[in-house]
Amino acid sequence: MSEILLKIDGQEVTAKQGMTLLDAARSAGISIPTLCHHEKLEPYGACRLCIVEIETRGGTRIVVSCVYPAEKNLIVRTRSEKIDRIRKMILELQMAHAPDSFILQDLAKEYGADRNRFEKEASFCIHCGLCVRYCAEVKKKNAVGFIDRGIRKEISFIPEIASKECWKCKECFPLCPTEALQAAYVLVEALAFPQAST
Amino acid sequence: MSRINSPAELETFRKNLLAGRDPNKTCITLCSGSACHATGSRDVAARIQEEIQKQGLNDEVEFRRTGCHGFCERGPIIVIRPEEICYFQITPEDVSEIISETVRQKKVIERLLYTDPATNQKIVHESDIPFYKNQSRIVFGSNTSIDPKNIDDYLAIGGYSALAKVFSGMTPDRVLQEVKRANLRGRGGGGFPAGIKWEGSRNAPGDVKYVIVNADEGDPGAYMDRSLLEGNPHSVLEGLIIGAYTIGSHEGYIYVRQEYPLAVENVNIAIKQAEEYGFLGKNILGSGFDFIVKVHKGAGAFVCGESTALMTALEGRAGEPRPKYIRSNIVGLWGRPSVLNNVETWANVPLIINNGADWFTQLGTDGSKGTKIFSLVGKITNTGLVEVPMGTSLRDIIYKIGGGIPGDKKFKAVQTGGPSGGCLPEELLGLPVGFDELTQAGSMMGSGGMIIMDEDTCMVDVARYFLEFLTDESCGKCVPCREGMRQMLKILTNITKGKGKEGDIELLKQLSETAIEASLCALGKSSPNPFLSTLKYFRDEYEAHIKDKRCPALSCKELISFYIDPQKCQACLICSRKCPSDAIRGGKNLIHIVDQEKCTKCGTCFEVCPSRFQAVRKISGEPVPPPIPEEARTIARKSKEK
Repeated sequence: MSEILLKIDGQEVTAKQGMTLLDAARSAGISIPTLCHHEKLEPYGACRLCIVEIETRGGTRIVVSCVYPAEKNLIVRTRSEKIDRIRKMILELQMAHAPDSFILQDLAKEYGADRNRFEKEASFCIHCGLCVRYCAEVKKKNAVGFIDRGIRKEISFIPEIASKECWKCKECFPLCPTEALQAAYVLVEALAFPQAST
Repeated sequence: MSRINSPAELETFRKNLLAGRDPNKTCITLCSGSACHATGSRDVAARIQEEIQKQGLNDEVEFRRTGCHGFCERGPIIVIRPEEICYFQITPEDVSEIISETVRQKKVIERLLYTDPATNQKIVHESDIPFYKNQSRIVFGSNTSIDPKNIDDYLAIGGYSALAKVFSGMTPDRVLQEVKRANLRGRGGGGFPAGIKWEGSRNAPGDVKYVIVNADEGDPGAYMDRSLLEGNPHSVLEGLIIGAYTIGSHEGYIYVRQEYPLAVENVNIAIKQAEEYGFLGKNILGSGFDFIVKVHKGAGAFVCGESTALMTALEGRAGEPRPKYIRSNIVGLWGRPSVLNNVETWANVPLIINNGADWFTQLGTDGSKGTKIFSLVGKITNTGLVEVPMGTSLRDIIYKIGGGIPGDKKFKAVQTGGPSGGCLPEELLGLPVGFDELTQAGSMMGSGGMIIMDEDTCMVDVARYFLEFLTDESCGKCVPCREGMRQMLKILTNITKGKGKEGDIELLKQLSETAIEASLCALGKSSPNPFLSTLKYFRDEYEAHIKDKRCPALSCKELISFYIDPQKCQACLICSRKCPSDAIRGGKNLIHIVDQEKCTKCGTCFEVCPSRFQAVRKISGEPVPPPIPEEARTIARKSKEK
């Protein structure tokens, strides 16, 4: 595998072919915040928290580091006034749904995000898709999926699969950044399998 | 029908076909596009067939149901050829007269003709009508003369001759150079040069490549692609086959909305006929080139017009854009190089091949060549589809072709580019339409939607409307789009309800920045456009809503009141009778008063108050005057006292 040399936050970083900017940064000990990223899963590019600035001909461009491939001689900045401002906004938007998530609270502290900026709509789920993708990609069961689209999008367990698979697995529980999945699960359990839950 | 095996055979076939058709034979063409279908074209068609039979004209008269003619405001439309006599708004009752007078005796029926509102003169010929006269219908024009369900009609006007030309010795490289030289830019929204897109796919490694027609037109009020696919599906197929040959693809897809049943039907018929004739399948026109086309019906998600979401949907998964930083012409459908172009873009290809890039580039501006079809809707006299050379000014489209704003109202804005486009004000009416020109002005070409707004339209409410549409249609995957728009919609809704706050505009701007910079796909990145462009040109309306709680267009319900001017009210009782919520007090000879508590602001009183009185007024941003005292309400009527 050929090695790629690039510069992240002024630091020379060596990456391997096929690595993303996020992989490259993390391998060099440079931290970039993420919510929807997981090493075992395909890059998803949904939370957009991992945005970084790359230098292009004649200017800079914002890309998501969890998807953008490491390129030779690329100059990358993981923090800037603009990046911090957008990350702060993303956190504030998410905290309208999951104000008590520990991960979000920690990040909010770092970026000065105000958890009360937007009116609360505590649905808990922030649509990171970790449970959905883990179940599909790692467990290959598809017991939980997204339904609907836009602002009505939500996660939902498919009762026929969930009743067979979920009891013995529950591996998606600890992945949830808002601890909401459990709530959803319990709800489904109560609604769909009344006998099992009593 | 046996297969046509070479370009030469095609020309012989065409010659025989034309020899069998008498150009002087009377032909009745009836517009049967979706818009005319809605205004009763099917019943008219049935009557025409009946009447031809009844009057024994079967052998002398040909009847053809064509695709959309474009002048949808006046449908259903009949054109009688070869005289080109054009009748509008035909009902089944008119048919018998048309056949006996015009078809049999060549007499023109005055009342069915178009009246030019400017000169009040009747116009007989289609091409003399200002709506048509000022267009350049190189792509759309054939719609009016062919039956889309009959491939012979397309062949009779020179159809598939571009394909024959390609297979008469043009290498894929030659075709590519021609399309590149023509600078054909994508008509679906982005305006990306088709030739460069094709070249990327052509040069990409791999044996399996795809070409795709994007017929997932989803902009509110836009129906160019629909009408083209319904009215002239073979022109799209011909372009697609040429594109496939150029990049080395043997399989194509047409992604069409399932809400377009006629387009689906006609394109399926077209594919079947093209297969029978040997324009699709193995060894096309004896060239050794194989190509098949499949139709995929989309489930009606706006975001599936986005190229990667469309491909994801084609693969059978939920239509969400891919997060990848790699172009789909390199890694597209099922990971293969895939060229996706919009319906209108494909339909331009045969024209470029037949007439050459030099001919094509004569039309248009420096950056935008050829023509563009726009759907002209909203507060416009001539609703319909218009095709003009790129570079035509907005003013010419709206006034010369569109006939201006109806009802003596003032023009306020034109919204171009669909939901994620923008609104341009009167000062910019001189702007030539082109990809770059519209983008620089803060809007975009999009797929060619053009919604005209008059003085009664509230621009804040327009922004709110489009944001609502986009919120509904977002795939919901990435945060800046899903959550950002959720908040933008809330704020805009509040402003239109008089609950706007100091700082709202700033917050909307910050949410816009997040969406533009950090969204995953073009839908998200352009989602703030309705807000940003209305803010840019109509900031005063935002401020009036937020600071004065006033809607300058007198349109936002929660910011207006209906008031009856006691000086003007003639106590005619009309409004009080029509009021659905019983909110108008008054009686015979008693000046009417709106009970503001009961009023639901439906506007009925405003509409029904006789224009000679004009007593009902809309008030915004100021208190409603107190009702006049009881004793002053009686109207003394001199004439009736006698």
